This record gives sequence, structure tokens and C-alpha cells, in this order.
Amino acid sequence: MNRKTLLSIGRAALGVAVGGLLGAAAPVLAQNEQFIPMLSYRVGPYAAGGTGFYGGFIDYLDLINKRDGGINGVKLTWEECETEYKNDRGLECYERLKKKGPTGATVVDPLSTGITYAISDRAPVDKIPVVSLGHGRSDAADGRVFEYVFPLITSYWSQSTAKIKYIGQREGGMDKLKGKKIVNLYHGSAYGKETIPILDVQAKKYGFEVTHIEVPHPGNEQQSQWLQIRKINPNWVILRGWGVMNPTALRTAQRVGYPSNKILGVWWSGAEEDVLPAGDAAKGYFAASFHPSGTEFPVIQDILKYVYGGGHKGNMDDPKRIGQQYFNRGVIQGILAVEGIRAAQEKYGKGKPITGEQMKWGLENLNIDERRLKAIGATGFMSPLKSSCSDHEGGGAVKFMEWDGAKWVVITDWIQPDQSIVRPMVEEAAAKYAKEKNLTPRKC
Amino acid sequence: MIYREAGQFKTTYPEDQQIFPIRQDRYAMAAILAVAFCVIPLVASDYWFTAILIPFLILSLAALGLNILTGYTGQLSLGTAGFMAVGAFAAFNFVLRVPGMPVLLAFFLAGLTAALVGLAFGLPSLRIKGFYLAVATLAAQFFIEWVLIKFGWFSNYNSSGVISAQKIVILGYEFTTPRSKYLLTLCIVALLALAAKNMVRSETGRSWMAVRDMDIAAEVIGIRIFRVKLLAFAVSSFYCGVAGALWAFAYLGSVEPAAFTLERSFQILFMIIIGGVGSILGSFLGAAFIVLLPILLNVGAHYIPWVARDLLSNLELIIFGALIIFFLAVEPHGLARLWQIGKEKLRLWPFPH
Amino acid sequence: MTFFFEVLIGGLLAGVMYSLVALGFVLIYKASGVFNFAQGAMVFFAALTFVSFVERGLNFWLAFAVTLAVMIALGFAIERLMLRPLVNQPQITLFMATIGLAYFIEGLAQGLWGAQVHAIELPIKDVPFTVAGVNVSQFDLFISGTAGVLVIALAAFFNYTRIGRALRAVADDHQAALSIGIPLERIWAIVWAVAGFVALVAGLLWGSRTGVQFALTFTALKALPVLILGGFESIAGAIVGGLIIGASEKLAEVYIGSSIGLNIGTGIENWFPYALAMVFLLIRPEGLFGERRIERV
Repeated sequence: MNRKTLLSIGRAALGVAVGGLLGAAAPVLAQNEQFIPMLSYRVGPYAAGGTGFYGGFIDYLDLINKRDGGINGVKLTWEECETEYKNDRGLECYERLKKKGPTGATVVDPLSTGITYAISDRAPVDKIPVVSLGHGRSDAADGRVFEYVFPLITSYWSQSTAKIKYIGQREGGMDKLKGKKIVNLYHGSAYGKETIPILDVQAKKYGFEVTHIEVPHPGNEQQSQWLQIRKINPNWVILRGWGVMNPTALRTAQRVGYPSNKILGVWWSGAEEDVLPAGDAAKGYFAASFHPSGTEFPVIQDILKYVYGGGHKGNMDDPKRIGQQYFNRGVIQGILAVEGIRAAQEKYGKGKPITGEQMKWGLENLNIDERRLKAIGATGFMSPLKSSCSDHEGGGAVKFMEWDGAKWVVITDWIQPDQSIVRPMVEEAAAKYAKEKNLTPRKC
Repeated sequence: MIYREAGQFKTTYPEDQQIFPIRQDRYAMAAILAVAFCVIPLVASDYWFTAILIPFLILSLAALGLNILTGYTGQLSLGTAGFMAVGAFAAFNFVLRVPGMPVLLAFFLAGLTAALVGLAFGLPSLRIKGFYLAVATLAAQFFIEWVLIKFGWFSNYNSSGVISAQKIVILGYEFTTPRSKYLLTLCIVALLALAAKNMVRSETGRSWMAVRDMDIAAEVIGIRIFRVKLLAFAVSSFYCGVAGALWAFAYLGSVEPAAFTLERSFQILFMIIIGGVGSILGSFLGAAFIVLLPILLNVGAHYIPWVARDLLSNLELIIFGALIIFFLAVEPHGLARLWQIGKEKLRLWPFPH
Repeated sequence: MTFFFEVLIGGLLAGVMYSLVALGFVLIYKASGVFNFAQGAMVFFAALTFVSFVERGLNFWLAFAVTLAVMIALGFAIERLMLRPLVNQPQITLFMATIGLAYFIEGLAQGLWGAQVHAIELPIKDVPFTVAGVNVSQFDLFISGTAGVLVIALAAFFNYTRIGRALRAVADDHQAALSIGIPLERIWAIVWAVAGFVALVAGLLWGSRTGVQFALTFTALKALPVLILGGFESIAGAIVGGLIIGASEKLAEVYIGSSIGLNIGTGIENWFPYALAMVFLLIRPEGLFGERRIERV
């Protein structure tokens, strides 16, 4: 085959592909379906998290279709688009998929702060709500400014206050925090820096001393940081890591002799993938989460029965990962999406697909109380949630788990974040954003 | 037969020295510009503007910059993304902190800032050559990333270190729709491409190529290579800076330093290698290839639904890598060379030789 | 003062880890003149293959042998499919091809074995014991020992065997080597296979510290300043460069940050080694042990 033939084949393939691209960009007509675009990532350094999360999300949607026949008869459909955790790919996927389905995209969760930022500006124009479950900008909790962004359950700032509350509990009371030393070991990225201001605010309020130590991305070498930590000898280390930084931190802590049971991780440092590589260096380490691991919850049992049972294949290739942190987080995202659609259907008409704007209303009027949780099968799995027009977070709570070497064991009940510290900061940051962008906050 | 130059006589020096001496070339260029300025804005959808055309234009601008430095002057640089980041953050800060700053002036100043930074990091090029220089430019890349994340001043103390670009308002007209952003980007890129083409045809360009080909000989005949190399760094970084500013304002709308990592530098280097090192046209061809390829792979994945999603995403990476190697093996001088060969064949067509 | 020594020794040991990865680069550059950016991806692929075999029931040594065979096969494949079509292309083209190769191997690794994170438990524990008031880990000593053995073996290979001399001839000039009858393809396949072996060792050691996951590919970026400092063609340079970079990086991270008033833990580790190497290059443009290039007009 000489070069000319190769080139003509290449040109023909290009033509076919471009045709497909043009076709893909045009909206697809369908009937009674609710379309959810999946801006997923399954390659690259965060593939473990992405495959787990989107696996759980898709499996829950599949469950609703298979067990309940959809939401009041409206079937859920979805399409995945690989973003590779990159902002420009995320934007391209969003633009490509936002008009699919009879009413356009219903809701989007890119599980990436960068992509969330990139599409948050477009979401109000396209009228598609963006859920940044447990990630993204904390100031988006102010729904008056961020009409279409939902950092549901709890944001980074809220989580930080819950952590300090828990540390206070362990110390014997919030007043005992005075004079204690806490180190904030954070990943050198936008995500990592997010909690520095709120820790400073809390340090001033409760009288403890906080030192912020950065681990440059990607964090596979932390010798000097942990030697410094040992020199400071703090009472607690808050590990705000991501990816490879987490197991490396635990191993390095063991190497310098810092006890693992004084290290408290955020929920992006609290998945099975983060502790398993550290082996026994992770025993005794504990982390925050807004949901436990485990398959004993009725909702997970249903997924195993309806989606994986009877010879069907679910989205996860490795069934051992069902019930682990990332999978369960994806299931929660599914629950939130479905409850939002349900709430919107109650108001705008049952049995019909809803639009993005109607979904926004639905997400703003979520009222998932204990009774509803029981009906979903998520008692103890998810904290009760109540969102409103001005509160896009919903008042979710945090649980703490300890790693016993083989699994996460929940050691506390739901601990509420301290909104008296968080909400003023949120409103201040949101107001600043509104001024920068020349937005008038809406009245709620 | 279509492409013969028979009958085209040049009677003045300017005619002889124009960029497109052959009439057919001029018509083709005019047609392309007409399509780009008039037809596409009417025909293309929002998706095409936002996801394909604008990034294509911006990345070709960055590729132009890198081509000037690596293609024409032979200084291998891996710090391209860092200079783009400088441009993006500089533009944001100029508009933020100087009241009433016109956006276009901000872009220009952002380019100048990037040029100054590029100048600073180009200083080692006098002593260091080849791969060593490339790895030294990595110092620029990582240092810039660190500075932008570390010092909150650059991102206006946003708690995440992400900047949200302001609206583009020129002479009272707001550029908010994808179509308007596309046209603005197209104008800027077209002007800068013209400037680049003229620069490489001039004495500056010739001295750059002399330094690339054999810098010791160039010094012997009197070219002041330190000045020439620094000029290359400065001009290249200017282009990358403007590209970065456009990235923030006209494309994504929000920028974090993580958008400009080493991977982006590699992406732009791929563009000029595949497009053709040392060729203005090559920058555009390479950018088109690299922008379109992942999207095509992604869309193509749809037509094979029986393959598991995980495997498909990894297949995209595999195919991308394999295509790069394939391309380099088949045509190491890039798409521009293929284009040139095509043109030469066209001149003889329909005769075989 | 003890703290200073601890940081210094920690840095030296970290540097040894970097050198392990740098060795792979040096091998390939020394023998084929190619700057193999895919070395990091090869470290990841080797470690992932090993760990996947172990998890499927093979014992440690059998898995090691099988993975070694896989790496050798990979080396042969790379030579056949990538290097042969690109014979005598300029260095930058080959460099770009290795970046493409890196993408290819990254996709292949996770496509074949999945995206989960794996743990490697080596028989040596990573617990510290105290020597003269300074904490040293047994694992660190094991790493230094391994690195030492590797370096001596490779240096002997290159300097004292016929194949080693042939490799150096090939690195100098492909066509000249061909013309005197050196079997280019076989040599390259051998070299890439040996580099694969080094990648496997590095992957095991790094992987037991950080877990076997995609981030292993980033170890290549840590190795680059080591290469500049030590010179691209020198095995001794890889070790010496590694030690210098490791020590200075850690000392800078701890001491420089605090002395200029920034909060400690400034995160300068990412760019400081590159800056240091660059400064070094200004004095000695080919690195400590690199070969002086003589350019003639």
C-alpha cells in the first residue's frame, strides 16, 4: 500500500467521521425519555474514581428503569463522553450533548472542579443545572447568585467545619481546641487550596494553630513535607489529597513515625483506592465522607438484584467495587438526579419529560426526609436533605469512618457542619462573584 | 493544468515579492477567507463554534508561536503552555485592575507580558542547546504554574485559584455569543498569522533559519545570534500569550493553571510536528488534526457500542499514540509537506511529469 | 542539626529513587540516541502487569519472570514498529514518536488491566529504625542496595562487553554502525528490553511506596532534571545527578521557603530541580558526566 492509497483511505474515513460528527451535533428525536449526559472520565490518573462514580450513577439510573419502569413511566437515557478530566474536553462534551434527548440535557455532574467552573457560566444560558456533588465551588451554595449550580449535600467549606467539630469531639470539647496544633497538608492545586481560608477562620475562632503545607502535584514524593510535620508535631493532620498523594502520604507518615490515627482525611482522600496501596500504614487512619461504604443498604441490594442479577451486566466490570466509596457516591448522585426529576414532575406534569429549567426547580425543592430515604432504601446511606432557592447545598451532614485494614468502619453518626461559620463566607464570596460578573442576585 | 503559472508576469518588485505570487493561490486564499468570515458564521452551529472552531484557531495561534521558536529558530521549547498561562492571567489582571482598559489592548499587553517572561527564560539559550534546552524550558513551565497557584494575587484571591474572564466589550458591542467570539478570534488570528508570515519572509526570518541550520556558521557571518534567539523567544511567547488570553476570554471563560500543564505543551508540539515544522500553513493543519482527532475518536466510539466503555476510552489513547507514530513514520515533515507535494503534482496535472 | 541530616538523608534516598528511573532513559539514549519519553509509561506498564499477575495467583518470582518476558516482547515490538521506520530521523522526530508511544502504552496498560489502584507488598517493610538519632527506613537501604547493584552491572555491561561497545557505536552514528556490520535491530531490541527490566525494577520500588496507579508515569518528570545534571549518556551521572537533585530539592523545600517569609511547605519542589539543573547547565552545558559535543562549521 503506497502513500497515495493510504491518504485516500484516510480522507474517506475523515469524511465519514465528520459526517458522523455533524450528525452527532444535531438533536436526536425520541419519545418519552429523560436524557442525562455523562461527562465521565475512565482514563488517566483519576480513572479509578471516575469508573467507580459513573458506574454507580449509571447503575442507579438503570435500576430505576428496570425496577420501576422509569420515573412515572418516563425512561432515563444517558450517553457517556470521555473528558479525560480535562476542562476543554469537558466543555466539548457538554456542548455536544446538551441538546440531546426530547427536552435537552436534564442535569450534568462532571465530577471535576475545573470542568464545573468551565460550564457554570454557560449553564444559566443553556438552562441546564450543574450538580457538583461534594466538589466544585463552595460559594455556589448561595442559589441567589448561582442559579444553576448545586453543590449538593455538603461543600468543601461545610465539610471542613464538620471536621473541626469532630476533632473537637475527640479532644473533649470545642474549648479544648485552644492551643492545639493542626497541619493542613493539601494538594498543590485549585482543589487543595480551597479550604485554607475557612481553616484560618476557624483557627481564629477556636484558638488552635493551623499550618498549611503544600504537596506539589502529583504528590508521589512527600519526604520533606512529613519531616516538617514531624518537626512541628501537631495534634492532628488533615490530609487534603487527591490520587496518588493519599497512599504516599500514609506510607511516608509511617516512615517518619507519625501515627496514622491522628491523620484525618477529606472524602477525596477516603476511598478504598486511596488506602489499599498503603497497606498496613493506613490502619487506624480515618476519613470524612457523606456516605458509608457497604452493600447492606436496600438500594445497593436492589442494584445487585435488578441490574446485576439474572445474568445481566451492570456498568462495573469488577463486581467487588460495588459498595465501595466511589460507587456509592455515584449511586447518591443518581438518587439526587432521580429525586429532582420526580419533584419537578410533581409540579410540571407527571409522566412527561421535563426541561432543564424545570429540573432546576426540582433540585431547589428537594425534600428528602427520613421517610423518603426509607422508601428509596437509603436510610443511613445518605443524610436527609432539604434544598431551597437560596440554599443549593441542602444541609447534608458528614460521617467519619476508620480504616481497619480491610474496610471502612463508620465510627460516628451524622455530624452537621457549622453553617454559622460557612454561610456568611459563602454569601460574601457569592456577592463578590456577582459583582465581578455584573449579575443581580435573584430574590428568593 | 489548472495550476500553471504560464502567462503570469511580474512587472514590479512588490508583485514579485508578494506572499502568494501565483494567481490561483491568491484566489484560493480569498475563497478560504470568504468562507471563514462570511459563510461559516451563517452556517455553523453553536457546538461547532464553541467546541471546534474557536479552540482550533486559538491553538493554531499557539502553534504559530511555537513554530517560530522551534520550527524556524530551532530552539526546542516545552514551555509553551506556561507562556499561554502568563497571557491568560495577565489579560485577566489588566482588565480587572486598570479601570476602563479596552479588551484588545489588554490582549496586546498580555502578549507583551508573556514576551517579557519568554525573554527571561530564553536567556539560557545562549549556552544550552537541543534537548538540554528543552528540559530547561520545563523549568519555565513548572515555575510559572507554581507562581500562578501560589500567589493568590494573580487570581484575585479566589479560593480555588480559578479566574473567571470578564465579558468582552469592544466599542460598546458585547461579544457574548459563540458566533461573535469566533469572528473576533478569527480576526486576531488572521492578523497575527499575516504578521508571522511576513516576519519569516524578512531578514529576521532568514536570520532565524540561519541560526536553526547552523548557528556557529551564522555567527561567523555576522548574525548576532544572542539577539536573534532572544527575539525568537520574545515573539513566540507573544503569540502564545495572546493565545492564552483568547483561551480565557473567548473560549473557556474560566481558567485555572491546571489548563496549561505540560500536556498542553506537548499537544502544541505535536501540532507543529504533525503539521510541519517551519511552516506557517503547517501550524494550522496540525492544529486542525489534533483538535479534531480526539473528538472523532470519541464520536466514532458510538458506532461500536458492544465494546465496554472503559476499553473504548483507553482505545482512544492507544489510537492517538499509534497515529502519532504512524504519521511521523510516513511523513516526518508533516502535513505541510504533503500539501506541497500535492501542489507540485497539481502544477503538472494532467501530465505525469 | 539532626533535622538537617534527616532532611539531607531523606533527600539522598529520594534521589536514588529518581536515579532508578533515570537509568532507563540513559540506557536507551546511550544505545540508540533516542530520548525515550515513554520510560515513565513503561515503568507504569511493567508494575501494573506484574501486580496483575500476582493478583491472579502467580507467586512473586514467577510473576517477575513473566513480566520480564512481556517487557522484552514489548521492546522487540517497539523496535520493529517504531524504530525501524524512523531510522536516521532527527532526534526531535524520535522524541515526538516516544511521546506518542507513551500515550499508547498508557492506554494499553489501563485498557488491558483496568483502572483500579493496586498495592504491592514487598517483603521488606517501610518502617524506620534510628541510626545516630536519624530515622532511616529498611526499605530505603534496600533501594540503595538495588540501585547500586544495577548501576555496577550496567556500567560493566557497557564498558566491558562486546555488545556494550556495539551499543555505544550505534548511539554515535546509526549508519556508520550499520556499515561496519553491527546488527542494528537486534541491538536496539536488546537495549529496549534491558530498559524494560530497569523499568520493572523501578516500578516495583516506586509502586510499593505509592501504589501502582497511573501517577507512576509522572516519575519520568522527576528523572528529567537528574538527566540534565548528570548528562544524558552517563550511567554514573544518573546516580550522582539523582543524589544531588534529591538532596537539594528536599533541602530547598524545607529551608528556602521558610527563610524568605513564605509559609513553610512552599511547594517549590516541582520547579526547583529544573532550575538547579538549568543553572548547572550554564556552567557545564553537557551535564556533569555527559559527552562533550564538538560542533564544526
